[in-house]
Amino acid sequence: MTANKSDRVTRETAATRHVGFTVNGQYHEFRVGSGGIEISPTHTLSWTLREVLGLMGTKVSCDSGACGSCTVIMDGKAVLSCKVLTIECDGKTITTIEGLRDPKTGALDPIQQSFIDHTAFQCGYCTPGMIMTAKAFLNENPQPTEEEIKDALSGNFCRCISHYQVIRAVMSVVEKEGEHGR
Amino acid sequence: MGDDYRFIGKATQRRDAVEIVTGTALYLDDLRFQNLLHGKVLRSPHAHALIKKIDKSKAEALPGVKAVLTWQDIPDWKGGTPRKLRVLDKKVRYVGDAVALVAASTEEIAREALDLIEVEYQVLPAVLDMDSALKHGAPLIYDEFPGNIIPGGTIAFGPNCLKGVVMGDVEKGFAEADVIAEGTFGYENIPNALPPEPVGAVAMWEEPNKVTLWSTSQAPYMDKGTLFHVFNRQVEIRCIGNHVGGSFGTKIMCWQVQAYAVLLSRATGKPVKVMFTKEEHMAAFTLRIGSRIHARVGMKKDGTLTAIHGTWYVDSGYYSFTTQAQVAVGSGELMIMAQCPNWDLKNIIVATNRNASGSTRGFGGQELKCSFIPILSLAMEKAALDPFEVLKKNYVKPGGGYFWRDGNWYQYRGIDYSAAMDKGAEQFGWKEKWKGWLTPTAVNGTKRLGIGVGVHGNADVGEDSAEAYVQLDCNGTATIFLCAAEHGTGQKSNYAKLVAEVLQIPLDRISMTPADSLITPFEFGPVGSRGTYAIGSAVINAAEDVKRRLFEFVAPKLGAEPQDLETVDGVVFVKGYPEKSLKWRALGYDRTLLGHGRFEPDFTVCNCMMSFVEVEVDTETGKVTLLRVVLATDVGQIIDPQGLEGQLNGALGSAGIDSAIFEETILNHSTGHILNANLMDYKWRTFTELPAMEHVVLETPMPTHRFHAVGVGEVATSPGPSAVLMAVSNAVGSWLHEYPVTPDRVLRAIGKVGYSARGGKK
Ligand code: FES
Ligand code: FES
Repeated sequence: MTANKSDRVTRETAATRHVGFTVNGQYHEFRVGSGGIEISPTHTLSWTLREVLGLMGTKVSCDSGACGSCTVIMDGKAVLSCKVLTIECDGKTITTIEGLRDPKTGALDPIQQSFIDHTAFQCGYCTPGMIMTAKAFLNENPQPTEEEIKDALSGNFCRCISHYQVIRAVMSVVEKEGEHGR
Repeated sequence: MGDDYRFIGKATQRRDAVEIVTGTALYLDDLRFQNLLHGKVLRSPHAHALIKKIDKSKAEALPGVKAVLTWQDIPDWKGGTPRKLRVLDKKVRYVGDAVALVAASTEEIAREALDLIEVEYQVLPAVLDMDSALKHGAPLIYDEFPGNIIPGGTIAFGPNCLKGVVMGDVEKGFAEADVIAEGTFGYENIPNALPPEPVGAVAMWEEPNKVTLWSTSQAPYMDKGTLFHVFNRQVEIRCIGNHVGGSFGTKIMCWQVQAYAVLLSRATGKPVKVMFTKEEHMAAFTLRIGSRIHARVGMKKDGTLTAIHGTWYVDSGYYSFTTQAQVAVGSGELMIMAQCPNWDLKNIIVATNRNASGSTRGFGGQELKCSFIPILSLAMEKAALDPFEVLKKNYVKPGGGYFWRDGNWYQYRGIDYSAAMDKGAEQFGWKEKWKGWLTPTAVNGTKRLGIGVGVHGNADVGEDSAEAYVQLDCNGTATIFLCAAEHGTGQKSNYAKLVAEVLQIPLDRISMTPADSLITPFEFGPVGSRGTYAIGSAVINAAEDVKRRLFEFVAPKLGAEPQDLETVDGVVFVKGYPEKSLKWRALGYDRTLLGHGRFEPDFTVCNCMMSFVEVEVDTETGKVTLLRVVLATDVGQIIDPQGLEGQLNGALGSAGIDSAIFEETILNHSTGHILNANLMDYKWRTFTELPAMEHVVLETPMPTHRFHAVGVGEVATSPGPSAVLMAVSNAVGSWLHEYPVTPDRVLRAIGKVGYSARGGKK
């Protein structure tokens, strides 16, 4: 009984000492601590992505879960990387805006191409978050209505008002996919 | 319509499109620096106080802290108009005012150090709004400004800077009027333009007196000029621009955060980054001015204006840098939309203990019009006139004129915008929908529909000088030297289109220098919709200049005169004799040609934007829903259709139309704290609440540059808020006097709730 308990404690301590996750197909493992090269328990995923892994495409605007600009895909779901602690990411698979291109050919993802074709951005600061949110949503629901797209993107702040062009860009991907399906 | 151009008017890909969609576009916070330190600002919890004592010893002792600066440690660097505001002072003047600066090896350590600084304040009584600031015997924010009134005029606009509008004889004008209306309306909700990227700067100091700055600024070359004066003309400054995450006019000036970074770098000898948090961005970076006007308007039965008399009260917050400029431009813009022979429009710029005001899209004109158009509407209501007709009639026409910012009178030589307005009204169905003043368009149970219209335009489309170079290379390429940071309008791509059109080379043969004041000539910055005419002209002139040099060089080799030559795709040929040709390669590998382009300010052309809005008001809940927006304008020549569409859609956000519906910065009037300085509590429009948005864009050639275009980006927001106020008032059948039209205000206007609903100020 006693042995069992201490056993569990040891295992838990060991589990919190390291955190490992895959970003854009590459596995990273970090030690948890407060030293220079370690992941602090207070670090957010957005911080780790940007400051440790150098993935600057993930933009931080509010840093408090209100604007969607820091959205990445974790295990298939759109998450706000400023509201996720890095130590919570053990074993997860994460895709950032840098990981959307086809890894073999380097071709842009159809959503990225569609954002270009529709100039679905102005300052572009909200764009990575928009694209990641839309990508996760279309993976789940490849044939949504326009209203469903608006719902999915309703947490993404865009001050330039690129909304109309974003909707067109996403709808056009949906329509193209639909044609392929048929 | 417009000419058939090869690039201009065509939908082309933004130059930075791939970077933006792949996350490789670099904004300030994405740049990497060796040995970078992080700066943080200790901010005042009091709206008005004297700093009696600061003890920074504990903060300095924290490992990793490299510098702690207070007002005692810095040179006498000052900003503001007039230049009275020290970068750090022994007095704090608003909740959030800078008290001390810290540089440390990490952000966490810098933040921790802030908590270790001990400050003793002597709290002073504060004035948190214009009424208390102007009261007899009110506490003074500056000893230099008696009555808390900041002097008018800015030297940037010359010695005769427009300080108000006085002309003709107002008494005579009122005597000639058929109706006279008088009232007070305000636009005092301080809506925040709120670009997504917070403001910040990285400075790298080099002894004895040089500094290089990277910042979130949209106007790197202007920063050099602004900071030169702030730093007592003793520092040599190089400014480098990068991608800017939205600005909406606000990032034309980031002098405080830049000064913090420079001071900390100077103290540590290391590059220092100061990046505001979103809360600092919303509570300690400049806000929109507060505006209230009391005025009397005289009008004839046919809508002709006979007299305008009034005082415009401008709340500048705890200091001003651009407020006087906004007053000058705003006053001129009112003349553009309200052609009238007799004026006496004064203004008072008031200092209050809230965060400072600064440049914002609409730059004085939006604020003034949001307050003035409702009074004009009272006159139209008295005369039972259709507002669309009156606004159209009184907008400046060829032969009309106005005073502009330098105090001079300008005769307008642009086009008559009536055609664009008529087209807009037709698209909106104005004639069918308009039922008269304070009358809803339709009533369906508890829901009432109302419509409104507003108009705005400015002569800033040709403001300030711009310079650019274009360099040709023998391999058939061109490079544009221009100090422009891309802040979202897509103008950098448009400049490439202009050059491609002049030189007839494909877009991918054109490169652009970074916005770096060490490399490029002077450029004022993309504000006031000046990007298309002012900056565009400099770029076009540079391209034409280098083309002329090319032809002069090649002409003898072709046995022709320069004026007989043409060039397409890097080949020069004699017009009509395409076989008599030479490639640009004839320049030789060891020669480049450089063209210089300059634009001199021209205030004789204006743009124009008319907004039509339809709202639905729920008389049970007081909720206002924006159903439909039609924007009508004439741009002379579309340069980039998709970019233009984006700029026009921007009418909703960045403190535009929505500043009349739900956007406001809520200031606690007893403590001076901003209560909603975050993106949760500050309301913003989401994807699920988009109104139908339609644009009517005409292309009547303008007397500007060779492509006859004029910019309209800035002005998309400005006519919207007053149109909403009009629409909601019409829907509910009584005048609303304040922005935004929140449910409590709507319910109060229809008598469903009493006056205390909101608490605080009436
Ligand atoms: S930065 Fe993460 S939600 Fe705003
Ligand atoms: S494009 Fe600027 S915020 Fe969305």
